Amino acid sequence: MTRGEKRELTAGLLFISPWLVGFLALSVYPILASCWFSLCDYSVLADPVYIGTENYSELWHDEVFWQALRNTLVFAAVSIPLSTALAIGLAVLLNQPVPGRGVFRTIFFLPSLVPAIALAILWQWMLNGPVGLVNNLLRQPLDLINRLAGTSLQPPDWLNDPSWAMWGLVITGLWGAGNAMVIYLAGLQEIPAELYEAAEMDGANSWQRFMHVTLPLLTPVIFFNVIMGLIGSLQTFAVPYILTNGGDGPGRSLLFLATYIYQSAFDYWNMGYASALALFLFVLILALTWIVVRFGEKRVHYAGR
Amino acid sequence: MNKLPSRLLSIALLLVLGTIFILPFAWMVSTSLKPLNETMVLPPQWLPSHPQWKNYPEAMDAMGSFWLYARNSLLLAVLNVVGTVISSALVAYGFSRIEWRGRDNLFLLLLATMMIPFPVIMVPVYTLFRELGWIGTFKPLWIPAFLGGAFNVFLLRQFFLGIPRDLTEAARIDGCSEFRIFWQIILPLAKPALFTVGLFQFMATWNDFLGPLVFLVRQDQFTLALGLQNYQSMFGGTSWHYLMAASTLVVLPVIVLFFLTQRTFIRGISTTGLK
Repeated sequence: MTRGEKRELTAGLLFISPWLVGFLALSVYPILASCWFSLCDYSVLADPVYIGTENYSELWHDEVFWQALRNTLVFAAVSIPLSTALAIGLAVLLNQPVPGRGVFRTIFFLPSLVPAIALAILWQWMLNGPVGLVNNLLRQPLDLINRLAGTSLQPPDWLNDPSWAMWGLVITGLWGAGNAMVIYLAGLQEIPAELYEAAEMDGANSWQRFMHVTLPLLTPVIFFNVIMGLIGSLQTFAVPYILTNGGDGPGRSLLFLATYIYQSAFDYWNMGYASALALFLFVLILALTWIVVRFGEKRVHYAGR
Repeated sequence: MNKLPSRLLSIALLLVLGTIFILPFAWMVSTSLKPLNETMVLPPQWLPSHPQWKNYPEAMDAMGSFWLYARNSLLLAVLNVVGTVISSALVAYGFSRIEWRGRDNLFLLLLATMMIPFPVIMVPVYTLFRELGWIGTFKPLWIPAFLGGAFNVFLLRQFFLGIPRDLTEAARIDGCSEFRIFWQIILPLAKPALFTVGLFQFMATWNDFLGPLVFLVRQDQFTLALGLQNYQSMFGGTSWHYLMAASTLVVLPVIVLFFLTQRTFIRGISTTGLK
């Protein structure tokens, strides 16, 4: 290394030193410490005591853990495709020369800014079984269907019904699709107009243009949003926690891995078990992200790259 | 081509979806102004018969120390903005404008840390802060902001890379120190990007719930989010008019901030997904 190189290295390391400290204290140390704690009986009040793989075998036989895992995966699998479709749909609608575009863009975007606390309390009210607005709006169409088809459909008691609570959360999440919509809109605006003109001259209708021009050219943006959505949905905590008044829903239907980590650590002070859960969540995020990247890379169309 | 009908269809769809998206806001504000007995009538009453503005001060009283919570939230948000902007800019400079061995590999490592969400590390981080005597203080909620967030470093690095080399090369030949180049040339040019990062951080801290939930103990230290959740889960019950008034008060600053900084906001979010 020449003297110049050495100087550059010192300067570079000095500039990144805040991050280095953060990286060591808030990424490397916690992961290593989790590995150790997960092999211990540890309640914070006393020092950790090594117990081997007991936490992991407990986890394997813990029905609550499996339920949290199932809920987490179901939520990701349902909410990511739905919110992706909604965000792309809104962006495509807004990418046309329609009057009041700016106003609509703001209307769709604003909900994504609402803090989790207000979002959850508002939707607790919206999804209230007997007097919530959602059910009030559903009641009349359902009555009509019941009269015509002789059925007896009733709107669900969303957050108090184990089989509907997850859907309530999904709806709550869809209201926040505006953030991704803004990214898709920017992506759409990068697609050259000539491509559409060429497709139109070849006789492609608007659906064919969407499928063969818009969607392929949007894949890099979709790829980015799906990965962000995946990492985000796997760590979901605040909204379901507040929706259930600090719990996990009827029949634990809104118990997620992050909720279970929180409960184990700070309700039961079982830090060892919580660490085993946290490491599991970490590996799950890495594995699923890796799968999406491997699977997605081949399908992503990078224009001119 | 049948352009007109498809355009009308788009407008109709936008109107329907727009109404659906705006309805929860409208319902929140409408409920917050109703007397209790009007919140639960069937069929629903769209507007309060007489707007109950007194619901707002009453909701603040019911929550306990509303202004204290608001002050705590604001204090933490400001500290986080300052810390994140300074530290992320320094780190982003080191990752973009100086060439050193191992830089790009280390940057990949930084990107990889974005896959470690807070719930994964909160147990050891809690025990670490407990050893330091930080639990029940604000320290866990602002000191980490001074250690450069991965996402913000990424954003600023993109911006710094776009600044032409010539602008700093002359200063470097004149023997200017790296820090002076950073401070006097790069930072002034990067103001829009720094503003975006600060804005995002303000929102993130204002909205944060899990952090305060884990680290704060005493009620007089609660943030607005935590104070409101505490009220909702303990005493909220069916006082929907108060809960909606309090929620409106938590949302309001965010909405106002958005309207003041709309352009920065939209541009910031757009670039994150395209770079």
